Amino acid sequence: MCGLCGVLGGGGDWTDAAARPGVYTRNVDSLQRRRERVNRVACAQKVLSFYGLVLTDWQASSFILSTLTGKSEIVDNLTHLWAAAEKLTGRPCDPLDPRLIDRLEATGG
Amino acid sequence: MVDFTPVNLITGFLGSGKTTLLQRLLADPALADTAVLINEFGEVGLDHHLLGHIDETVVLLATGCLCCTIRGELSTAIKDLHSKRERGVVPAFRRLVVESSGLADPFPILSTVQADPVLRHHFRLGNVITTVDAVNGLGRPEAIKQVAVADRLVLTKTDLAPDYEALIAELHLLNPDAPLLRAAEQPIAAAMLFDDGAHSPLRAFPAAVEAPHGAVQSFVLRFDGALDWTMFGVWLTMLLNRHGEKVLRVKGILNVEGSDTPVAVHGVQHLVHPPKHMEGWPGADRRSRLVFIVEGLEPSSIERSLAAFSGHPIARSGPAATAAE
Repeated sequence: MCGLCGVLGGGGDWTDAAARPGVYTRNVDSLQRRRERVNRVACAQKVLSFYGLVLTDWQASSFILSTLTGKSEIVDNLTHLWAAAEKLTGRPCDPLDPRLIDRLEATGG
Repeated sequence: MVDFTPVNLITGFLGSGKTTLLQRLLADPALADTAVLINEFGEVGLDHHLLGHIDETVVLLATGCLCCTIRGELSTAIKDLHSKRERGVVPAFRRLVVESSGLADPFPILSTVQADPVLRHHFRLGNVITTVDAVNGLGRPEAIKQVAVADRLVLTKTDLAPDYEALIAELHLLNPDAPLLRAAEQPIAAAMLFDDGAHSPLRAFPAAVEAPHGAVQSFVLRFDGALDWTMFGVWLTMLLNRHGEKVLRVKGILNVEGSDTPVAVHGVQHLVHPPKHMEGWPGADRRSRLVFIVEGLEPSSIERSLAAFSGHPIARSGPAATAAE
């Protein structure tokens, strides 16, 4: 349980399986885990910029998603990220949106 | 390593032969360490298999199989059974088979096992077995969904249907990856249905064509080069968040950066199974490939979206591509 927000459980999201097994599931090599999280923030940020959102890592345990005006949500993993992004922006975050795809193609993914 | 108990779902439309299939299976000694959750004892006619009553909802069969009725919530029934196993009230079963009602959407049942905070630490999803009636075919949207999520298809009543080749072709288009068994023409052993194909490498990977079954269609995306797993996760979580109920199934093997062996992914609607690192590639082909079964989504836009997110050019197998292969 998280002592700060009392969230039970957590973990076990499918995206936590990494190319290198055990990065998230074993309590070793914290540097590798940090590196993986930095990469995850960078990847998600490529998409989130389109919606005017910023993602930051929080203590290597959660992520904080914020709008440019400072509205924020704590998210545990990528699966929760998109529901939070839609809640903060009040619009659907659709990977099939041609405008988003155009933007990603222009910036090289 | 925790030993998770696999949960197999037997689904299929009303009257498609789920209970008959179960009746045949219950006599199989291979089900000795299995618990079966059914809706009613009476429907299955257990009398001649019965060894004894454990309580009003659980009976022990002569083969060693536990048979239990579901009252109320499925999650409560499974937790109750798990509790009885831990207390030694029932024999320690190593597999759980759930028979769903004919009208049930299979997704909430699968989701129960994976999302429940207690169950997900003791159980894992195994194969989904779907029965299809050769006489009545696939009329209803529920039946199509049940076929789309199947890991094994069992065609029943083939002895009553004059011609079912068209139905077989239709099933292959809808779910190209699931092996098809014919209940009336071959003996069906429990192992054929329950042996884990859910997380195994994809078998003969189909050169699928887009199946014109209403709005449901299947297609395959293939791409060269190693994929960034994290970017793929960003893309698939975003797709399933917005369109999960329309992605009846996504299944495939990926060539992932930083790994010599492929990673198998498998999802049903909003639910994605824990990905598996496979021991090796099934053949010489090192391309990533993903089978999608979607309802009301445009395959070309999924292809373009994944290409843009991953930075990889992608080939989609459709009617034209199949002809060229």
